[in-house]
Amino acid sequence: MDALIAPVRDLLGPAWLPVWTLVKIVALVVPLIIGVAYLTFWERKVIGWMQVRIGPNRVGPWGLLQPFADTAKLMFKEIVVPTGANRYLFFIAPMLAIGPAVAAWAVVPLTDTLVIADINAGLLYIIAMTSMGVYGIILAGWASNSKYAFLGALRSAAQIVSYELAMGFALVAVLMCANSLNLREIVAGQEGGAAHWYVWPLLPMFVVYIVSGIAETNRHPFDLAEGESEIVAGFHVEYSGVAFAVFFLAEYMSMILIAVLASVLFLGGWLSPFPQLNDLAIGGFAPLGDGLLWLGVKMAFVLLIFLWVRATFPRYRYDQVMRLGWKVFIPLTLVWIGFIGTMMQTRFAPMFH
Amino acid sequence: MLFSTAVFYVFAAILVFAALCVITVRNPVHAALWLVLSFFTAAAIWLLLGAEFLAITLVLVYVGAVMVLFLFVIMMLDVNFEDLRRDFRSYLPVGAAVGLLVLLEMVLVIVAGTAGAGSAGSLPAGSNTQALGRLLYVDYVYPFELAAVLLLVAIVAAIALTYRRRRGAKVQDPGAQVKVRREDRVRLLEMPAEKRDG
Repeated sequence: MDALIAPVRDLLGPAWLPVWTLVKIVALVVPLIIGVAYLTFWERKVIGWMQVRIGPNRVGPWGLLQPFADTAKLMFKEIVVPTGANRYLFFIAPMLAIGPAVAAWAVVPLTDTLVIADINAGLLYIIAMTSMGVYGIILAGWASNSKYAFLGALRSAAQIVSYELAMGFALVAVLMCANSLNLREIVAGQEGGAAHWYVWPLLPMFVVYIVSGIAETNRHPFDLAEGESEIVAGFHVEYSGVAFAVFFLAEYMSMILIAVLASVLFLGGWLSPFPQLNDLAIGGFAPLGDGLLWLGVKMAFVLLIFLWVRATFPRYRYDQVMRLGWKVFIPLTLVWIGFIGTMMQTRFAPMFH
Repeated sequence: MLFSTAVFYVFAAILVFAALCVITVRNPVHAALWLVLSFFTAAAIWLLLGAEFLAITLVLVYVGAVMVLFLFVIMMLDVNFEDLRRDFRSYLPVGAAVGLLVLLEMVLVIVAGTAGAGSAGSLPAGSNTQALGRLLYVDYVYPFELAAVLLLVAIVAAIALTYRRRRGAKVQDPGAQVKVRREDRVRLLEMPAEKRDG
């Protein structure tokens, strides 16, 4: 690899760093978008199976080309701008929704070395970026000049701001255990097999994180911002065509981001649950060693929980959502942070590191 | 000119422009969004200084939480511009005086700073998240906790002053809702099947 890169690096000189970073960004974003496409397909299939249906199976072998058919359809739809809409904000809103969802990926480590920016305050950066995603939704609701969109935006803003707190506290518990805000070091702290993952000492925090993640991404059963039985389709009711597709993309990208973060913070990231098998070589290389494979398996598991929950639970009522966030999750996280802090002063401290 | 200096001037220009727009645009929602942009640009300038913790916290707290609530309120209010503009002339002298005072103070600070009276000092080596944590939670732990308690008192006071318990309002008790058992709600009746005549 280095032998291939070196001549290009010498050729480009000072322009090398931006070009190389751009290459890395493209190498991350393109698989991500394809991942989003197949996540939508998988979602429809899984929910189909859970409801004893077949799911999409017409386009391509086993329906595998369905997401591309959907994309093509959305691209050729007309974009309708409602009367009295604020044109600039109407078009900026989808970009503001997707921008943070992509930007947060900059610090996510996929393996020990595979990361675009290995910064010190990585976890903080991710919280900051995901907290910006709410602007897209609020502005979409306001700029649409529609009551339903506006109601959806208000609901969503209150919900995201509330669940951000619980999520932030759950992450505080992780960084107490890891002694670091750097995601790579957080994973390194979980070395030594499945028993050393933070999910065990922080089990309640893991649950809070996953549920808050579902609420943050406005997914079922917390999709009150959309709530089609009450407010049509919520904040994106006036959007059509590609503008709608961008909102869709942003939602699924945030879902994948929550999944990768849950894997990295609680489930040991790219580390294998059985380090004994790391050196087990089959045909020249070790397929079960640490690496992307394990991260992929863990992400798929977390994403499956997202889909599973969607197919299982009825939608929450708005006051129940608020109660769960403020009166259940935030006290629970605070108590657990105090508990971890206390335990770390006792002789059980190694269990929490 | 260094590359980082050029980047600084670009961000500074955006920051000044956004700040000007905050006070000149007519639509209050647009003004709030320009303020978001200026916070974001200020965070970028802090990043250039190497203060990554403060920069990210600025985005997290002000952009991610405070401004969202600001927008939330502004969008729901129906701001009447005629009312706001009417008393412009009578408030102008006071506003101008305060503005001049602030300007004077800023000039003094900058002059004193460049004269070397109050230098900013150098950043500690390594992660400044750790350095800040040490300062706040080890060196200045009591003042910091006092400030936190003060804020808590302010929150409690604000809620206590504005909270009003409405009489006759219907409230749900989630605990009671969860405790409901099948036996409380469902009554099974034995009904003998009727014989059909003829």
